[in-house]
Amino acid sequence: MSSTDFSSQNGAGGPPYANGPSQNPVALQPPGPGYMAHQTPYNPMQAKGPMPPGPGLYNSGPYQPIPPVSSNQALPGQPMLKRPPMGHQHSMTPPQSASPNPGSRIPPAHATPPPVSANNYQHAPAWQYGGTPPMGAPPSMGAPPPMAMPPLRPVGNHMTSSPSLATPQASSAEYRATPPVFHNAMQPLGPPTSLQGYTQQAAPHSYQPGMRAPYGGPPPSVRPTPPTTGPPMGNATPHLGPKTDGHMPTPGNGAQVPNSFDHLEMGPKMAGPLPPQQPGPPTRHVGLSYPSLPPGYQNTSAPPNAATMQHPVQPSTQPYSHPQPYQQPSAGPAQLSPSLSGLSLQSQTPEALRVVNLLQERNLLPLGPVTPPTPCLPQDLQKINCHPEVFRSTLTSIPQTQSLLNKAKLPLGLLLHPFKDLSQLPVVTSSTIVRCRSCRTYINPFVTFLDQRRWKCNLCYRVNDVPEEFMYNPVSRSYGEPHKRPEVQNATLEFIAPSEYMLRPPQPAVYLIVLDVSHNAVETGYLDVVCQSLLENINALPGDSRTKIGFITFDSTIHFYNLQEGLSQPQMLIVSDIEDIFLPTPDSLLVNLNECKELVQDLLRSLPQMFGKTMETQCALGPALQAAFKLLSATGGRVSVFQTQLPSLGVGALKSREDPNQRASAKDIQHLSPATDFYKKLALDCSGQQVAVDLFLLSSQYCDLASLGCISRYSAGSVYYYPSYHQQHNPAGVECFQKDLKRYLTRKIGFEAVMRIRCSKGLSIHTFHGNFFVRSTDLLSLPNVNPDAGFAVQMSIEENLVDMQSVSFQAALLYTSSKGERRIRVHTMCLPVVNSLSDIFAGADVQAITCLLASMAVDRSVTASLSDARDAMTNASIDSLTSFRTSVLTIQQPGLLAPACLRLFPLYILALLKQKAFRTGTSTRLDDRVFAMCQLKYQPLAYVMLMIHPALYRVDDLTDEGALNVSERTIPQPRVQQLSVEKLSRDGAFLMDAGSVIYLWIGRNCNPNFLTQVLGLPNYAAVPLNMNMLPELDTAESQRTRVFVGWLREQRPFFPILHVIRDESPLKASFLQNMIEDRTESALSYYEFLLHIQQQVSK
Amino acid sequence: MEAAVFILSLVDCCALIFLAVYFVITLSDLECDYINARACCSKLNRWVVPELVGQALATVLMLVSLHWFVFLLNLPVATWNMYRVWKVPMGNMGVFDPTEIHNRGQLKSHMKESMIKLGFHLLCFFIYLYSMILALIND
Repeated sequence: MSSTDFSSQNGAGGPPYANGPSQNPVALQPPGPGYMAHQTPYNPMQAKGPMPPGPGLYNSGPYQPIPPVSSNQALPGQPMLKRPPMGHQHSMTPPQSASPNPGSRIPPAHATPPPVSANNYQHAPAWQYGGTPPMGAPPSMGAPPPMAMPPLRPVGNHMTSSPSLATPQASSAEYRATPPVFHNAMQPLGPPTSLQGYTQQAAPHSYQPGMRAPYGGPPPSVRPTPPTTGPPMGNATPHLGPKTDGHMPTPGNGAQVPNSFDHLEMGPKMAGPLPPQQPGPPTRHVGLSYPSLPPGYQNTSAPPNAATMQHPVQPSTQPYSHPQPYQQPSAGPAQLSPSLSGLSLQSQTPEALRVVNLLQERNLLPLGPVTPPTPCLPQDLQKINCHPEVFRSTLTSIPQTQSLLNKAKLPLGLLLHPFKDLSQLPVVTSSTIVRCRSCRTYINPFVTFLDQRRWKCNLCYRVNDVPEEFMYNPVSRSYGEPHKRPEVQNATLEFIAPSEYMLRPPQPAVYLIVLDVSHNAVETGYLDVVCQSLLENINALPGDSRTKIGFITFDSTIHFYNLQEGLSQPQMLIVSDIEDIFLPTPDSLLVNLNECKELVQDLLRSLPQMFGKTMETQCALGPALQAAFKLLSATGGRVSVFQTQLPSLGVGALKSREDPNQRASAKDIQHLSPATDFYKKLALDCSGQQVAVDLFLLSSQYCDLASLGCISRYSAGSVYYYPSYHQQHNPAGVECFQKDLKRYLTRKIGFEAVMRIRCSKGLSIHTFHGNFFVRSTDLLSLPNVNPDAGFAVQMSIEENLVDMQSVSFQAALLYTSSKGERRIRVHTMCLPVVNSLSDIFAGADVQAITCLLASMAVDRSVTASLSDARDAMTNASIDSLTSFRTSVLTIQQPGLLAPACLRLFPLYILALLKQKAFRTGTSTRLDDRVFAMCQLKYQPLAYVMLMIHPALYRVDDLTDEGALNVSERTIPQPRVQQLSVEKLSRDGAFLMDAGSVIYLWIGRNCNPNFLTQVLGLPNYAAVPLNMNMLPELDTAESQRTRVFVGWLREQRPFFPILHVIRDESPLKASFLQNMIEDRTESALSYYEFLLHIQQQVSK
Repeated sequence: MEAAVFILSLVDCCALIFLAVYFVITLSDLECDYINARACCSKLNRWVVPELVGQALATVLMLVSLHWFVFLLNLPVATWNMYRVWKVPMGNMGVFDPTEIHNRGQLKSHMKESMIKLGFHLLCFFIYLYSMILALIND
């Protein structure tokens, strides 16, 4: 328990450790004060920070005390912890500092929100806490309460308990290692010890006398203390001081001093109030090292300990009898240690659950980017958890039961970006890859080591043996430390797979380019660009000496190119029998790129001219794809299809289904689903042969992307769409195409891949979103995988997760690299389980929810209708806010109330309703709409969010204030503005970043300085209607603007084109369509939308 | 005559029972990952129309032999079978679509449907058997 406490504390404030020490004292302290004491304990954390002032702080306001804590944390913790939970809001300056570090966790930190927590405490408002005297008064008391808390927790929130448990285990382990109680410090040892041992050891601890046997558990908390060391030092000491006297721990600490966090922890918990022990600090330092201990351990032992620990404790807890209150708070901040968690919870909950009246607060957007919430896990676990850009859950606190999830009315799902380009990726080469024997889960940081030789799977809970090889740690070159292996230290890593992971020898990189050369295609002039790009990047294509390449062109016939070595020039072979396609010379159409590079280059140079005068208007895409499939079916590989019109010949011919006159007026949008199953069937054939088809659609008319897109969707390809592409008429489109093509040709690629997503027992995946074929219940077949593909899955809770502190998800991607290596990339994420609605809301990730809802809405529009999908999205926001209002809010106020973490939800939903994919009443071409839908489904979250809700910046007054410094460049960081015309002022210039396009809007009275210094133009009238470049001027303003735009572009793989627009520009309409907070003829303004929601919510 | 009708129905019903069992087995194979979605769906789609015909035959037989109760019992099932085939979207590969079957709990609902049909056919089987015996005795 104690350990948990610590962790939780840490989580809450940067420096949980400080808390740790307090715990012990608490344990010692009699239950008597119980409740009050608890509060105090929480404070203790805070107190720790302020140590000396502690009491005073309490008096003033509990929250405030918290800040001090944070400050403490900040010192020690900051470096370690990222979460800033506590600190933010609290006025206490110190805490704030702490909070900044953690920044990511916005929610927990703020005290404001949680009416709930307040209730528990009796103090109505969290703030009121200050009022609650108990805190301040009972520093000593406080210590005891924490103890009580832990017992209670078991009952209450999983969150809390889990953290505590986890920590204890670790500590326990440590304990065992070091026979002496305090030795806990020995983190390394930790692993082996079992929970039981743990408690026992605890007993031995000096604690016993004072404390209850159960508390032994708390000692684990020790850990926390040590980690905190840095900052806590000062603080810690004080904490200890107060209680130390009574507490045996102190002496123990002395002994431990070097190692023992435990002692410290003990001290802190108890001590919360007691600041005196100075010795503590040094120990804490030790503690720091401690955190490094294997996270896995912590997890494992946690549950059992919790159970055991809690029970014993409970008697004592009873006095509290208020367990519930605690629980509520706990929900949010799993991180907090159990005892501390109470406090931290309250403080944290506030931020995530702070009630926001949407009708009154205009400025909802954060200053910077919206950051995902941090799961409330023990700090050491959280530190190694998978990065949210790779693995994200809509709810960072998983509900315990399906009925609880249903009550929250929020979707549960995961968003993945598994093949993302990573700057740091540990790669493990090992002859045996350690996996669970029953569920085949890869060993990961969240497994539990029962002892040196056995580990328990965190997904199916089976106990497995640790293989002999795994005992040796290649990193430290030491033996007997399986928990320090990279597999157990990294939530994201890559294995080089041995031959068991191959069904056939790894395939070479094979690329086939299929080009439309009908009259329409030649007219657009895209052939030049494609051939030029290929020529430029031919050496940068990912691959090795085995790389193969081939070309097919088609109009009403199919043309193959014989590129066999020895020919003086490429030989074109024409197959006109498109009904029964065959390969004229199967062996020489696909050639080794290195051996035949000259022929390939010859071909690329002559291709654009070869069809310059073609009069063929028909286009036989279907047969061409069949030919491509035949050509690649032996090896697998990538087909890149360039298509410019509706296929009109042979199998797969399509008819135009769009009536342009109905675009805006149609009640419901038809033809969102494919017109034929030909492309789907072919895609499945391709998928079976490891062939992926990427589709580039460059068209000016309707091409039925809904049907054509199937070929990519089910073969795990990607779709690129360039509407109105024309070499002369659309230079911006050409530039964009060029840049995209470069990225496409040179980016990383994985062949013959499969991805399996596993989740803890009790959870199951029921729906998948993205481009792939679901081969069996959890296996995605991905003939190709690229770094720009995102995936989403929806989950349901099949069995109640009652006894679990946390659940884990693992995505394992097995692929063949372009160098012919078989590799497995494994991502593991661990999330806490909670049992109260307020905790679920506190952990809601509004961006992930929005993206998942968007994917679900795309499905709904295809299977049902667009209006259904729109209603469903609106209802999603209404239902969740209703649920929040009725189930979480205890005080009913007028207005539209939302928790702070969901405050952007209605805005994002409105943005989705106005998104190209779902908007109605505006003339939207069917292909544009379908393409937007494709993007919503397979783009990673970060890009989707920009599509949905573009970022608007004012750029005429960029300064270096608050700028980012990245590799010697100073990148200005202007504030994100609301998307409303009211924010546009005529004397400014605004940059809108909409993901795939960037607009720079110049106001009529724009500062002439900006025009001359940045645009190089004398006045507003001189701004050309089509301007896509910022001139490279040698002025500070120009520099800043260009650096800023360049920085925005670097954040995404594809090149967003920049349009400089002014009032007369044709693109002004599309710029203004992104002003989603404004009213349009067919859509509500943000305020009207809120009123609509409010009406429904208060029904 | 009456007996002949019921004998024919009985045979038809047996075939439908076998078919329902086959559906259940194939779907559970997919659930357990013994076969892949593509193979499963192509196997099942092949039998969707025969099932529809079999059910329609039973329904028509009851109608022509003027057994109203049994006819009304069969009618909803026959109608559902036809509706199901009719509402398949153009882009799908049949009632069972390999790309959709793992989504939105479709596998489960197909499974449930097959089980219900199995139960229904078993019920019919005994009705036909009883009626047949009755008819034979009366003859």
